Amino acid sequence: MSDETIARALESDAPLTAAVRQRDVAHAVAEEHDWHAAALVGRTITINRPRAELYAFWRDFRNLALFMENVESVTPGEGGRSHWVVKAPAGKTVEWDGVLTEEVENEALAWESAEGADIKNAGRIEFRDAPPGRGTEVTATIVYEPPGGDLGKLIAKLFQKEPKIQARRELRRFKQLMETGEISTAKGPDAAPQG
Amino acid sequence: MRALTWHGKHDVRMDTVPDPKIVNPRDAIIKITSTAICGSDLHLYDSMIPSMEKGDILGHEFMGEVVETGPGSTLQKGQRVVVPFVIACGKCFHCEKQQFSGCENSNPAETQDLGEIAYGTAMTGLFGYSHMTGGYAGGQAEYVRVPYSDVGPIVIPDGLEDDKVLFLSDILPTGWMAAENCQIEPGDTVAVWGCGPVGLFAIQSALIQGAHKVIAIDHHPHRLELAKSLGAQVINYHDVKVREALMAMTGGIGPDACIDAVGMESHGFSIDNVVDAVKVATRLGTDRAHVLREVLMACRTGGRVSVPGVYGGMGDKIPIGALMEKGLQIRTGQTHVHKYLRPLLDLIGEGVIDTTFLISHRLPLESAPDGYKMFKENQNEVTKVVLKPDWRKQAA
Repeated sequence: MSDETIARALESDAPLTAAVRQRDVAHAVAEEHDWHAAALVGRTITINRPRAELYAFWRDFRNLALFMENVESVTPGEGGRSHWVVKAPAGKTVEWDGVLTEEVENEALAWESAEGADIKNAGRIEFRDAPPGRGTEVTATIVYEPPGGDLGKLIAKLFQKEPKIQARRELRRFKQLMETGEISTAKGPDAAPQG
Repeated sequence: MRALTWHGKHDVRMDTVPDPKIVNPRDAIIKITSTAICGSDLHLYDSMIPSMEKGDILGHEFMGEVVETGPGSTLQKGQRVVVPFVIACGKCFHCEKQQFSGCENSNPAETQDLGEIAYGTAMTGLFGYSHMTGGYAGGQAEYVRVPYSDVGPIVIPDGLEDDKVLFLSDILPTGWMAAENCQIEPGDTVAVWGCGPVGLFAIQSALIQGAHKVIAIDHHPHRLELAKSLGAQVINYHDVKVREALMAMTGGIGPDACIDAVGMESHGFSIDNVVDAVKVATRLGTDRAHVLREVLMACRTGGRVSVPGVYGGMGDKIPIGALMEKGLQIRTGQTHVHKYLRPLLDLIGEGVIDTTFLISHRLPLESAPDGYKMFKENQNEVTKVVLKPDWRKQAA
């Protein structure tokens, strides 16, 4: 029975993160990537801007640091590779290379961490037209291998704290930046994230 | 600068806090000239609203002079503006539909989670009204930072003094929208529960919008007098049974439209209200929904129910059968203030609407804590407290 529900969830019109047996679905994804385990986060939001504009902004990976709270920089390299520097606790940073695995103009982008990454991860972002006059529906799905070891623990602190909350906040900031040109904040000038 | 800050239940203080600064391009800084205490500020004062933090600056009804602008603001230094209590970006789906109190962007990303958990959708940013609505510093202060200042504030022409236009920030549009939500038709009788500022403005608005008759319900004699002076018939629920009175006053049909301008902290000693009070006190429930129950029972078949009164959590024993079997329509929500500013400013300018009758007390900002206490303890006579920051020295 469980195999069937997982299979159906994987083929469902709903995003994988809505699956009842989410842990099993994540496990199936892990097997696909040959990881020992996987965690799955995702979220869909509507952004009141044209699909091509959102795609182009995201495709320039340098822009991601503008609204992703912990991402210090993303530097594009050769052959769809990009280098990620992410803030970790205690003023440290974690770095890895990402590889673009799918690129469908104005529709979808997928990436995966390159060999040797501290955190094996893969993500996909899809851009679909919302109903007429409503902009674009954006779905982000990220799977990652929960890291082990000492470094893993450090990273876990950063990434496993509440990755779901983190992911949805990043998407909200993306939406704010795209729709309003700035990132809403109630904090003072020194504390505020700048778009 | 000096500001009124929240420290806990029935504990608000004047503190010296850092001046606000421009943070985002579309920001402006306003020097407050007048600010009022709202009935919904009493919900904060009573600690009925979650996600408050010590030191939060309260106040969402304010106006003043533009003293600083970001590069994306359309305001100019020296302009006098009234600022809507709802913060709206003007660009999202809801703003484009003029549903400004549903703005998807004004609440910062990190404070949207609580609303999603409590209501299924993040709340919109509001000034001075808990961290669930963004944790924005409010306007019971000398200065305030106004985000998205190209969208919200309305410039006030010279010659209209503060007291005439201050209530554009919240309660006048809220009363107006409450009446508009009644979709008033000729011959209609509109019943209004609660003769606080929003209730009184709803009475005024309903009559302007063409109601044949407005019936006001409260127990404070002075507030009922004000309702009467606006042209309403009145019911004091301490003296008469509300539903029987309403049936008798509407030819046995019931009011065509009912406005709940009370919300979650209703007074009175009906059985359901006493049970609710116990539940709230013991945290078994959060909202006392007595008025909403009475509204649903009293409204005529096919009638309209409008709820500007604030509810924040869970209410029970809602007569859902009456709602369905009578085919009632309910319209609710925080006010889409921006949408009403221009038409209401025009009505004020033309002398059709005068809101100054409501102001019972004018105090220096420094006396704001006293203002809260007075408003809480004497709701009969204290109908509206307006605070003036530049009266500070005078008071001292």
